[in-house]
Amino acid sequence: MIGRSKKSKYLETTLKYDATLCTGCGMCSTVCPHGVFVQKDGIAQLARPTACMECGACALNCAVRAISVDAGTGCATAQMIASLKGSKEPTCGSGCC
Amino acid sequence: MITPTTSSITLIDRMQHILARAGLRRSRFRIRPGLYALGDPNSNSQVFVTANYGLSFDTLRSALSNIDCYILVLDTKGINVWCAAGKGTFGTEELIRRIGEVKLKDHVTHDILILPQLGASGVAAHEIERRTGFKVEYGPVRANDILQYLQNHAATPNMRRVTFNFMDRLILIPVELTHVFLPTIILMALLYFLSGPIPALTVPLVVIAGLLVFPLLIPWIPTPNFSTKGFLLGSMVAVPLFLLALISFPPAIWWKKLGVALPYLLIVPSLVAFITLNYTGATPFTSKSGVKREIFAFFPIMFWMFLAGVFIGTLFRFIR
Repeated sequence: MIGRSKKSKYLETTLKYDATLCTGCGMCSTVCPHGVFVQKDGIAQLARPTACMECGACALNCAVRAISVDAGTGCATAQMIASLKGSKEPTCGSGCC
Repeated sequence: MITPTTSSITLIDRMQHILARAGLRRSRFRIRPGLYALGDPNSNSQVFVTANYGLSFDTLRSALSNIDCYILVLDTKGINVWCAAGKGTFGTEELIRRIGEVKLKDHVTHDILILPQLGASGVAAHEIERRTGFKVEYGPVRANDILQYLQNHAATPNMRRVTFNFMDRLILIPVELTHVFLPTIILMALLYFLSGPIPALTVPLVVIAGLLVFPLLIPWIPTPNFSTKGFLLGSMVAVPLFLLALISFPPAIWWKKLGVALPYLLIVPSLVAFITLNYTGATPFTSKSGVKREIFAFFPIMFWMFLAGVFIGTLFRFIR
């Protein structure tokens, strides 16, 4: 839908994965809502890194810290409000989702 | 204390769902956090965890028809599971606190908690196990798949994926429109008295293009970013308004005609693009770094186009 074309701003991701640390528990591919990880040959493999939406579920649930990602909300409103307020972490207001 | 509940959705529940979907009294549609008994659970029954947003709780319990189980409702301040997980309120600390508060170990003899998959961005499963002894099992994304999931506690790849199909996008439209309803009316009235009927007409057209047409057409607008999609859609609204302004302005020197009509080409696309850029927050696939890149690339263009349009429009309002 978005993120497949060459000029898309959504192709790059802050997701980093160190396969040497992976124990093959399968948690990352379980929690990812976009099929970014798959389990192959007993460990996790990055199958669709450009589909990553940086929700942080994989990194948070990786017990051996093989995954890191700059997680946060992909919401322009939240980010613009955060930069107006001068706060680093964009979050939506209490009334919003 | 365990509160009894059922899986049936009453007429009053349905009315509340409609109001919530329309963005009315949504933040007050809350369930008291705590432990609920659905049907007649015993110490071997499953424990499902959810948020205290009414729609989340109702979606879960209605999907669990004919199942005797416990539902553990976390205090997410009335926010749905995924958004609350992003904020951390559907989170590791709250889950651990809630397990202790309801004395879950006194009610069940097993050690399994079933969480919605989208709660995973707030909950570290291994931390829960280390600190409470309970093992977290992530169920499917959608509550509708739970019964199939329960057959062998495994989800198919499709159950693990979020979707954003036509219906998903359609159901989001009312809440977006409710947010802007009052400002739209006020701005229309204001522009009508300040500048006339065509500028007033522009306001609802921008809102309809950005919040109604855009969400439905996202996959088919042939550019890769939200802002460029918005510029394109906005231009399609702007060109007829531009021509209408050219025609309706009484015979005058050509550059005066152009001065009156040109603001439509500048203001409408930039406003629609600003709305569609902000729609990123309503979608389930935009990333934080991607949105940041998109804001840096396109917001300055929107800003200067809009300002230039307002400047030219104001100028020709007085010299025509």
